[in-house]
Amino acid sequence: MRRSITRRSVLKSAALGSAAVLAAPYVRGAYAAGKLSLGCWDHWVPGANTTLTKLCNEWGEKNKVEVHIDYITSQGEKDKLTAAAEAQAGTGHDIMSHRDWNIQIHQRTLESLDDVANQLIKENGPISPVAEYLGKIKGVWRGIPTSVGSQVKPCCSRLDLYKEHAGIDLRDMFPADESKYDKAKTDLWTWDLYLSTAEKLFKAGYPVGLPMGQTSDAVDWVGALFKSYGVVMVDEKDNIKINSPETRQALEYLKKLMAVNPPEVYAWDDAGNNRWLISGKGSSIMNPPSAWAVAKRDNLKVAENCWTHAMPSGPKGRFVGQLPQFYGVWSFSPNKSAAKDLLLYISQRDSVRQLVAASSGYDLPSFKSLHDFDTWKTVEPPVGTVYSYPPRGDEQTSMAGAPARSEVGAQIYNQAINTVMVSKFTQGGEKLDDVIRWAEKELEGTLRA
Amino acid sequence: MVDAVQQQWSPNFAGEGSRASQRQAGLHRLMRRRSTIAFIMCLPLIVIVAGLIIYPAFYSIFLSMLNKSQTRFIGLGNFTYLLSRDVFWMVVQQSAIFALSAVFFKALIGLITAHLVNNLPSKGQRKWRGMLLVPWVIPLALSTLGWWWLFDPTHSAINWIIKGVGGEEIAWLSDPYWARFSVILVNVWYGAPFFLIMYLAALKSVPEQLYEAAAIDGANAWQRFVHITLPMMRNIIAITVLFSLIVTFANFDIVQIMTAGGPRNMTHVFATYAFLLGIRSGDIPLGSAVSLFMFPILAVSAVLILRGVRKRGREIA
Repeated sequence: MRRSITRRSVLKSAALGSAAVLAAPYVRGAYAAGKLSLGCWDHWVPGANTTLTKLCNEWGEKNKVEVHIDYITSQGEKDKLTAAAEAQAGTGHDIMSHRDWNIQIHQRTLESLDDVANQLIKENGPISPVAEYLGKIKGVWRGIPTSVGSQVKPCCSRLDLYKEHAGIDLRDMFPADESKYDKAKTDLWTWDLYLSTAEKLFKAGYPVGLPMGQTSDAVDWVGALFKSYGVVMVDEKDNIKINSPETRQALEYLKKLMAVNPPEVYAWDDAGNNRWLISGKGSSIMNPPSAWAVAKRDNLKVAENCWTHAMPSGPKGRFVGQLPQFYGVWSFSPNKSAAKDLLLYISQRDSVRQLVAASSGYDLPSFKSLHDFDTWKTVEPPVGTVYSYPPRGDEQTSMAGAPARSEVGAQIYNQAINTVMVSKFTQGGEKLDDVIRWAEKELEGTLRA
Repeated sequence: MVDAVQQQWSPNFAGEGSRASQRQAGLHRLMRRRSTIAFIMCLPLIVIVAGLIIYPAFYSIFLSMLNKSQTRFIGLGNFTYLLSRDVFWMVVQQSAIFALSAVFFKALIGLITAHLVNNLPSKGQRKWRGMLLVPWVIPLALSTLGWWWLFDPTHSAINWIIKGVGGEEIAWLSDPYWARFSVILVNVWYGAPFFLIMYLAALKSVPEQLYEAAAIDGANAWQRFVHITLPMMRNIIAITVLFSLIVTFANFDIVQIMTAGGPRNMTHVFATYAFLLGIRSGDIPLGSAVSLFMFPILAVSAVLILRGVRKRGREIA
């Protein structure tokens, strides 16, 4: 017998349905969000994607949401092109990973994630100032910093070569236990000492390899050096400050340092310095542990002598270039609440621990309280080689382009104004005043609305 | 009653029928017209060109007139801004050097090789034609990657050979001027076969009697080339140069893969600079404005070259 649908039964069902929807916290109601799609950065460490997929699927099963992940390579900026296309088209993945300045670039099409960020800050304590600078735009968190693909670029040096040719025991200076750091020893590690050791290593036939092209490895280490010399390109109030004694001092220093680098550093991309170290020709680079990880596979003898340690300090402190990655939720996503819940889940301490382990310590969380995972203590060879990869002691993170407004900073960073300045002065032989004048004009251009 | 209904309706039926058959006949005639068939067959291409070229071109013009955050119309603001930048003028200069020198050498090498191949016995010619076309048929991104390995700043294979014979290493990609040379060289290597095949086709279409008559008149090889071959090939040369100029000006892959515009921005061309500003720096309107600067340059070249082609066509007619 067919049941007839009465006005009363329809109203009753509608009322029950509405109550269920309103009562559901995020997506925990069965199948409330349906599907969720992610466009994630394709990790170069084998197995790292699998761990992220596993975590997302765990969350999906728990919440009855079908999760689909597309891993998009950053080779040729394919991930940035995809994000730009999705932002222009107003359709695409629900969650998208964004590198460096992409949160600022897409701020108008990204959902506020204040609730997720504040929850994570409550759980984990203070967040890296660089992550805040890049992810919190005009007081609103538009991206959640993730450990996946996030990195700093400290020194990665050859223990044997530094000991033999420069007389420095890096393992003694930066032991694999922060409690054993001796301030008297670490304070010795300055840019001046770095230069004098670089000169000795150059003479010995093992130069340091510091890229001076226009890609992020070059921009980041020069940004960190500028910061440690107190160079400000543009301040928070749009004042161009590049014409300063600090800039002149930093450039004069760089002239001496670049003279003891191989001449090809001006053409290196982000893989150039890795290859330099792995080949056995180089004594030190400034990079995440990717070079060491590849050396472990391709040239074990080099890997066994690699030691990641803090950057040298300058007159204004010790800084290391940081490049965090973020997850953003598009404002046009139909599944925002589900997306936020997933982001919260994969940002939990235990999830981050798994992600860091899967990347052999390459991924670096933006919360200092998450820098105590065993991975950095245990990976080898040699044991403790990447212990000092997360900033320890007095090392602080920096971002080339900061403290300018992020719109301005993005232009400064992506157009590599700092490394072009250095190249003009060191390789091009241009006069210091001309280089500074050129930089002033370029910086003026970055201020346009 | 039935008859009455039939009588009432039949004239209308007849009218409808004749109109339908007229329409059918019209449609039939339309379909039999060659131009209609041609149009229908071209329709998929027209849709693709409209969707992937015309629409993006107009959208790009629209974008280039917006401010950085794409919230406000600023007219020609992006263009005037670019004209005031030193780096942009350097990009204009480099694009011109890159395109003009690459097209010149492609045309020269193509012409010489086409003559050489044309003079080969017909038996072996096909083999040579096939081999010489190889650079043009390999996907450009892949072959450029191969060249990049040869020029690798640290482990260049070419430098290894140079060192092996006692020479000094060349900073192929780290010295700005050598880097310019390298990107032009790769473009010439890739594009010369296109000129070769076009010129070879043109050479084959020159009537043999003209050369025979010239030989009777006592013309030497150079005179035959200057007074017969070149005039007969002028239109093909002009059109090939135009096509190549357009493609070379818009080149992206070679520069992006080999130097990404460096060192010191000294190898940027319009396309790579537009990518840097538009995608990497997130200023899509400014990137669009850079890419549109190519348009007037190419439009003027196209008008001049095609006018010459038409003029010569009329003279021949």
